[in-house]
Amino acid sequence: MKRNKLWAIGALFVSGSALAYIAVGDLGENLVYYWSPTEMVAAKQKAVGATIRLGGLVEPGSLVPTGHTLNFRVTDGTTTVPVTTQEVPPQMFREGIGVVVEGTVDGAGQFTSKRMMVKHDNEYRAPTDGSTPSNAAMFGTMDEG
Amino acid sequence: MIAYIGQGFVLAGLLCAAAGSVAGFGAGAMRSATGWAWARGLALGFSACMVLANLTMVYALLIHDFSVRYVAQVGSLVSPAYITIVSLWSSLEGSILFWGFILGIYVAAATLLNGDKNPSTMPWATGVWLAVGTFFCFLLAGPANAFLPAPSPVPLDGPGPNPLLQNHVLMIIHPPMLYLGYVGMTIPFGIAAGALFAGRLEASQIAPLRRWLLVAWGFLTVGITLGGWWAYEVLGWGGYWAWDPVENASLLPWLTATAALHAAMLPQRRAALKGWTVTLVLASFLLTLLGTFMTRSGVFNSVHSFSQSDIGPTILAFLSICLVFSVALLALRIDKLEGEGAVTTVVSRETAFLLNNLLFVALTFTVLIGTTFPLIAEAIRDVKLSVGEPYFNRMAVPIGVSILFLMGVGPALPWGQASTERLRTQLVPPLVVGALVVGVGLGAGLRDFWPLATLGCGGFSVWVTVREMVAPVRAQVAANRAGGLGSAFGAAVASNHRRIGGYVVHLGIITMIISIAMSSAYSVDAELRLAKGECAAFEEYQLCYEQARTEQEAHRSLQIADIRLTRGDSSSIVSPALVTYPSMGTPIGAPDVRTTPGYDLYVSLMSVTPEGVGLHVYQKPLIVWIWIGAGLAALGTLFSLTPLRWLQGGRAVSAEAAVAASK
Repeated sequence: MKRNKLWAIGALFVSGSALAYIAVGDLGENLVYYWSPTEMVAAKQKAVGATIRLGGLVEPGSLVPTGHTLNFRVTDGTTTVPVTTQEVPPQMFREGIGVVVEGTVDGAGQFTSKRMMVKHDNEYRAPTDGSTPSNAAMFGTMDEG
Repeated sequence: MIAYIGQGFVLAGLLCAAAGSVAGFGAGAMRSATGWAWARGLALGFSACMVLANLTMVYALLIHDFSVRYVAQVGSLVSPAYITIVSLWSSLEGSILFWGFILGIYVAAATLLNGDKNPSTMPWATGVWLAVGTFFCFLLAGPANAFLPAPSPVPLDGPGPNPLLQNHVLMIIHPPMLYLGYVGMTIPFGIAAGALFAGRLEASQIAPLRRWLLVAWGFLTVGITLGGWWAYEVLGWGGYWAWDPVENASLLPWLTATAALHAAMLPQRRAALKGWTVTLVLASFLLTLLGTFMTRSGVFNSVHSFSQSDIGPTILAFLSICLVFSVALLALRIDKLEGEGAVTTVVSRETAFLLNNLLFVALTFTVLIGTTFPLIAEAIRDVKLSVGEPYFNRMAVPIGVSILFLMGVGPALPWGQASTERLRTQLVPPLVVGALVVGVGLGAGLRDFWPLATLGCGGFSVWVTVREMVAPVRAQVAANRAGGLGSAFGAAVASNHRRIGGYVVHLGIITMIISIAMSSAYSVDAELRLAKGECAAFEEYQLCYEQARTEQEAHRSLQIADIRLTRGDSSSIVSPALVTYPSMGTPIGAPDVRTTPGYDLYVSLMSVTPEGVGLHVYQKPLIVWIWIGAGLAALGTLFSLTPLRWLQGGRAVSAEAAVAASK
């Protein structure tokens, strides 16, 4: 009985650590970073290839639709990042609005978005003109937005 | 005025709960029958106060008494009556109040059903339930007070509840179901803690423990599925589950409760693993508190979170207290429960249950790590991040398929040691069936490993489950040739109705797993941009944009695109829309979903401009079977819980007597 218990605990320990090892490894590969343009640029090489949710405002005057491709810049007031996407933009998408784009950035700093959503703020109130959306309000769950 | 009445009920509830909790613990420690009678009376008093407090709030909502701040927050003169009632749980304070209502109902039911049976453990259990009740009353009296007076001047009208809540009937049912599941875990938690305090868990207590666990589990299952269904029908992103932290928060207690439901069969059968069962029950309750913390504190920004609130730290403190309490209780008392029986056989149903438990716990850990990691990362390194869906899928798929396989292995194996001969007759036919199903899948052109594995394991498990359901009927027919099939069926149900209910649940879950696997693996989607009159092809369909129109309703406006959908000779109009609520800036998509048994065609409107429309179209196989499977699981749960004498139409035979007779 005692020996059985020891074996059981041993087996549990081994399988538990194996699971933790796999889980933590997988976790590291599947992180999604919530960054503002300034934070993303500051992360430099770490940002390249990672999945990023970039939040900011669509810079006024930067929106250039070409066929099915949209080019625009996302800004947080200090830093701007050029973004390109093939997606159908959401209804409210326009210059000056708060936006979260999910995608990757290349070495040259060009961001390619695979999903985007507009976000007013978390309290579902229309933003007052000229206000910068706070980071906390910007990053909701994109998948459900 | 109403605010003061409601406040009074909350405070009276707080008094009853606190006094009753002390009485319960005291009665448990001193084995005092009088003390316990007091605790039971106070438990009923607490329940009555909670019900009355809720009725007071509903009344205030219905008469639009905007002098109550909560009513001013969520009420609106234009909302229809049912929306007004539903707004009881549409915002933070009201949802905690509603929480108290459900806890009151549960505590009253558990107290009345138990009566004065099990005097060694149940006083402790009553004490624990009321301690939880004390905490929620404290929340209601302080940090989440729903009955605060409105700031003067009293507003003339309110904004109405969160628009998302008004959008779909599923959103009216989903929260109460989930609350019933969450709050329901309090009852088994109390019984398990009571068993630890008393140092014994007898068969007479395992039965109610399992039953209450099953009640909470059933509601949780329905609540989680309805949430997914709602997301799918309303939010327009074509999915039902996104591994969102708050979704995970509801899945975690479901996983441990599922494990506990299976584990609890071992002490019933073998007097083994009592400590383990109790641990799982405690964990389920702690995870519901973690879920409450995640949803109610605003630490996650999600469709589920209410506005930022300051009750987060309070709930976190309560969670910590409960965690310390549970760990200490387990550390000090778990030895008392063990040592009566053990699992000694390797190839047996017991082993299958143990493996099942290990898999569920492993899944709980992986989901827990992925869900809490962002919180920890933010607390320690001040980075905002989330864990992507691939992590969860890569962990959940293999574990899920293994569980699916075990759902066939467990019921096929006997209790105790299985002989090789028995194994062969029990396992070979279903394995052949599983292989045949894989063959059919290959023939249909499926080539991916995990969907094929799911199909194979699913076929295997379905075969075993159906065989085990039919076996008692066949045995009765063989034993009692004169009676005919009808009476044999009745007798088989009478002696096995809980087990049959369990197998119906299994069939429901198997259906869900298979359809989740197929719909995830073989979903196709496309983004279409159509100018007016323009057509595009998607799979076997032709979609033509005919016109856009707007509709104005009392509390919302809709931009609708009419799309002609043609397939072969038949054609129809789908009308996805974008819904705008005045109180909410961003429009919400209202997809048009065409459901068939084989697949759903899901048309989501992304934008309408004078130049044309942007559509996201999905074809997703077998989706409807996810909801059907959940319904089947709910039915099976209900059947298991139904007292046998109800099933027998008034013949006063208790389940225990029938089981005894069948032995």
